[in-house]
Formats: sequence, structure tokens, C-alpha cells
Amino acid sequence: MSGGRVITLQIDGRDCGAREEQTILEVARENGIYIPTLCHLNGLHPVGGCRICLVEIAGAPRPLPACVTHPVEGMQVTTDNPELRRQRRLILELMLAEGNHICAVCVVNGHCELQELALQLGVDHLEVPALYPSREVDASHPRFGLDRNRCVLCTRCVRVCGEIEGAHTWDVMGRGLQAMVISDLNQPWGEAESCTGCGKCVQVCPTGALFEKGKSAGEMVKRHLHLPLLTAMRREEEAGE
Amino acid sequence: MKRLRLATIWLDGCSGCHMSFLDMDELLLELAPRLELAYSPLVDRKEFPEQVDLALLEGAVSTPEDEAKARLVRARSHLVVALGDCACNGNLPAMRNRLDNAELLDLVYRQQAEGEAGPPTRNVPPLLPHSLPLHRVIDVDLFLPGCPPPAAAIVRALTAVLEGRELSELPTLKFG
Repeated sequence: MSGGRVITLQIDGRDCGAREEQTILEVARENGIYIPTLCHLNGLHPVGGCRICLVEIAGAPRPLPACVTHPVEGMQVTTDNPELRRQRRLILELMLAEGNHICAVCVVNGHCELQELALQLGVDHLEVPALYPSREVDASHPRFGLDRNRCVLCTRCVRVCGEIEGAHTWDVMGRGLQAMVISDLNQPWGEAESCTGCGKCVQVCPTGALFEKGKSAGEMVKRHLHLPLLTAMRREEEAGE
Repeated sequence: MKRLRLATIWLDGCSGCHMSFLDMDELLLELAPRLELAYSPLVDRKEFPEQVDLALLEGAVSTPEDEAKARLVRARSHLVVALGDCACNGNLPAMRNRLDNAELLDLVYRQQAEGEAGPPTRNVPPLLPHSLPLHRVIDVDLFLPGCPPPAAAIVRALTAVLEGRELSELPTLKFG
């Protein structure tokens, strides 16, 4: 990586050097400072959707998502304090209350990013009442399934399918509580002509919403560590053209 | 030394949390001299005692009977612990919450059952509209999630109460 002006900023009181096109999340990670994330995934474009990575910036009227905020000279960032922890916990609680998340019967029980985050943020119960929505399961694909009850709308599947696989089978339809991921023009996944069956969406899904068929509770482990390599290879190829 | 009066209660759960309680194994022997198991499915007592120090409640609140039990336990217990995912979040019992009760009962007891007997009407309490986590019905002092909660989480909670420490400072050991 080259180019971009070098910027100095402070994260949690530590001086950090950064390039202006980087995000606060990237700079924090380079400097070994941990910020929790959910919708973010190395190798995909950040969207700032889940708000779990909220940080405080001196002078800003409200917390900002670290994954889509760029550093500015002299910026002072706080990544952890009781108020941020309270906000992150509430965001996670709202996500859990909005779906039907039953770890005990889920394919990714014990390997789930949402579950891990709940443990980390100390969500041991929901202060907000759960909604128990009625959401559809799509089992029409021969190899994979989609259980929308477990979906947190992080859009990783949408992004990996569009950005890496280039198929753009997935998208989000509707707004607010009605928002849901759909394949093609809201057809059953098994009938979606654009789907190549590559399974990348299944591997990047942080919960058990997208899963391989034939896996029982706790049996599915997601693999997406190769994603940044795919992105880097793509970039090299495009630079070579 | 005064023993800690402990009660364990089984609402709408599978008793797996009670199995986790027994999974404390030899630690149970160590704790035994300091505890008095005043009420539990594991002992014979039929009536909930007038007063206990600590109550561990397993299971969601799914029937008016569960609800009455939970309220009685709260009124007579100094500290109340939601034991396991059903008590903390609803878990499996709450999976019915998005369905209509009458349709669900008809599906299970008539459409899918042999003999088409229909839902039972005697000796079982009716269902509440929703299976609820414990804290939707009574105040809860500590949540120990997990399906089941690890025995270590129960040990920690018991030890903390025995030593008079703050329950709010206990870290969560398992979620789901």
C-alpha cells in the first residue's frame, strides 16, 4: 500500500500514525487496540451497518463507527469506556430481541460471532422485550439453507456475493423490521439463476442464518480467513490488466 | 456457622440445569456443610419453605402455575438466580412464541398424533400466550445463561453468595 498523507492521531491516549485513506478500525488493529465488530469482515468493503464498533471522537457530537470513519490530524479517539460498552450492549440486545436466536438448537452454537459478542459484552439477558417475529426459512437450495430468524442483516453475504464472487445473488428487501435478505428478485434460493453455488455467503455469515445442509446443532464452523487473500489477488489482477 | 438455605426450582425446562448442578461433583461435598438444600426436585419437600437465602430457578415461565411459583419463590427468597438459557432468555420453550397456541396444540395433539385425541384438558396447566424469561415476571438478582450453564458458573455463584460478595461482579461464563 502506498500513497496518502501520513496523519498522527491518538487512540486511547496512544499516538498512532495512519494514512488518510485508512479507517480508525484499521489503525487501531495495526496498533494492537481491540474494537469489537460484527458486520465488518476483512476483505469486504465496510458498511458501518451494525454500529458495534462505535468509538468516541473528541469534539464529535455522537459516537461514530470505527470501520467507516477516517482519521484526521490530531484526532482523539476513545475505543472503550462504560458509556460505549453500554451502547454496544444495547445495540446487541436490540439485534437479539429483533430475531429468534436460540443458541441451543443452532448449527453454529459454540462457533458463532453473535454468541461470542454477547459473551464478551456481558449480555446475559435482554432488557428490551423480545419480538418473536415470524420469519421465513428458505431450504430450496440443494446444499445450503437460509434461516432468516438468525439473520442480523450484517450484509456480509450481500457484499461477498457482489464484490468477490461477482454474482450479486443476495440483496436486502424492505425496511426496518421488515428488512430481509433475498436471493435474485425475491425468488427461492434454489431457483435463483445468478447463484453459482460457491458457498462464500455461507462461510462469511457471522451467525447460523446461512448454513450447510446436513449439519446438526453446533456442528458448523465458518471458514472465511482466505477472504483477504482473494481480495488482494483480485486487486493484483486488476492492476496487471 | 449458619448454613445457607438454598432452593432449586424447576419451571419449563428440561432439568439439564439441575444436571449441571449435580455436575459440581465432589465440590458438592465441599459445599454441603455450608448449605442446606431447603427445597428442590432433588429432595422430598413438597411445600416451598417460608424463607430461603438463595433460589436457583431453572426454566422459562410458560403457564400460570409457573408464574405463581415464580412469584412465591421471589416473595420468600432473599436472592433469586435465573439458572440457564430458558430462565434467562426463554430458549427452547420460547420457540413457540411466534406461533398461535391453539393451532400449535391442535397440530401436535390432533393432526400429528395417532388416535386424534386432541390436547389434554385435565391435570396440566394451560399455556400462557408466551413462554417468558424469568425477569419478565419477577426481579432477578443474577443471570447464569448457558444450555446448560457450566457447573463452574454455579460454583462461582454459590461461593460468591457464601462469601457475601457482590453478584453483579461475576463474569458471564457461557451464552447459549
